[in-house]
Amino acid sequence: MSIFEFLLEPLDYAFMQRALAVTVIASVVCAVLSCWLVLIGWSLMGDAVSHAVLPGVALAYIVGAPFALGAVLFGFLAVALIGAVRDTSRVKEDAAIGIVFTTLFALGLVLISVTPSQTDLTHIIFGNLLGLSHGDLVQVLLLGAVTFAILVIKRKDFTLYAFDPTHAHAIGLNPRMLGALLLGLLALTSVVALQAVGVVLVVAMLIIPGATAYLLTDRFGRMLVLAPVISAVCAVVGLYASYYLDAASGGMVVLSQGAAFLVVYLFSPRHGLISARVTAAKRRKLVAA
Amino acid sequence: MTAAIDVDAVTVHYGAVLALDQATLRLDKGRICGLVGMNGSGKSTLFKSIMGLVKPDAGTVTIAGDTPAMARRSGAVSYVPQSEDVDWQFPLSVQDVVMMGRYGHMGISRRPRKADRLAVADAMERVELNDYAHRQIGQLSGGQKKRTFVARGIAQEATTLLLDEPFAGVDKRSEATICALLKELAGEGATILVSTHDLQALPELADEAVLLMRRVLLHGTPQDVLRPENLALAFGLDVMSRSGAAL
Repeated sequence: MSIFEFLLEPLDYAFMQRALAVTVIASVVCAVLSCWLVLIGWSLMGDAVSHAVLPGVALAYIVGAPFALGAVLFGFLAVALIGAVRDTSRVKEDAAIGIVFTTLFALGLVLISVTPSQTDLTHIIFGNLLGLSHGDLVQVLLLGAVTFAILVIKRKDFTLYAFDPTHAHAIGLNPRMLGALLLGLLALTSVVALQAVGVVLVVAMLIIPGATAYLLTDRFGRMLVLAPVISAVCAVVGLYASYYLDAASGGMVVLSQGAAFLVVYLFSPRHGLISARVTAAKRRKLVAA
Repeated sequence: MTAAIDVDAVTVHYGAVLALDQATLRLDKGRICGLVGMNGSGKSTLFKSIMGLVKPDAGTVTIAGDTPAMARRSGAVSYVPQSEDVDWQFPLSVQDVVMMGRYGHMGISRRPRKADRLAVADAMERVELNDYAHRQIGQLSGGQKKRTFVARGIAQEATTLLLDEPFAGVDKRSEATICALLKELAGEGATILVSTHDLQALPELADEAVLLMRRVLLHGTPQDVLRPENLALAFGLDVMSRSGAAL
């Protein structure tokens, strides 16, 4: 079989076309957002919000409202509850995050289990890339495009917020608003990615690409390009691997992102483990000579 | 004449903790004022009140007659943070940080125009960092790091500069460079408030100085403030010196 056949054969199926489109969109939007999440130190927050949107999505389904609305509502609810538990008790933030998001996630599981629907629980938890409907695709396209556009237009403000919120305040911007906007986009992105890899693995797409790009460059502008490119390539590789190996698609996508991170972690020219060792050894030799 | 910075009887609580107790401080335009006090004396809270980051329980702050909110919108105030409050690993270059001073002058997507690029280049030239424009901020010396943030304030065209411990982790030569730069800026009409532990540098740098211990204990010349008996007030050494005298 030629390389073309290898690449084109899966695309004979409409479900594979949809799967490819959704994975690439989700991975690109998540990757762009992940650049700020890893720099602010919001990885755990990403984990929390991506899980906490579940009851919102379930409730939206029950009352017939748009998924995005329920997701954003519960995303903010989770953040507010985490803040409340942290600030009004002696429980520390990591524990507050753990308590709030698992409880909300559990609420989502219970809501889905008692709601008669065709939505399979395992599809939400592990993704249902190969069973996406045309409607799912439209929703992902719409949400993905809106989120991506806002992230790109406001990128400089988000970077300023991540780097120096005090300066943002000093020049008349509203750091609280910027933080809230970023969290809202995080909730929307979670809905997009949920379709692709499931609620459990969304957090991988929200952290790994940004962390990988961060090890490759010292320029934030480049990070914003590298992260989505790496993420999209991994998504495509993962999807083909899942097709030919007949393995879980969401799992394969995240596995390939993890593999990409490992390679960069070891071999990145600037910040890789091995190149750092080599540079140190060279320096020692130079000193010895 | 309207004071450049007018802090009038400002009281701030954090929960039950009293951080500032009717602190009053008037600074005229073009003056450099050193802010001296021990940790927890309210220096950071005073800065935050001037920037409007904390709302005083009582008292008012005005900057050249404007409320802090108005001053922020016109980009009048610039803050140079303490080194330990900055993420030096952040993937930004000197030029990126200085450009952030221009954001208030830009449109919604913060796309720099020619005037912004020129202002950034000028500011970097002013602090002698034009050769380091593309260097990642973590790869600068202590003094260069400080100058990067001062350049951000220059690019911002701020009329009020607040510097939080600018001499910590900075060698003597860079300290002299920064002092000269601040005096130049003050000469051009900027009002500068500097918190510092470096008491030796104070008479050289500052026109006036303030001793802070939740309230303003003393506001005078640096020489006044640095008198041992006055420093003892701010640093709580009076008990020690008294017991020393008894021995």
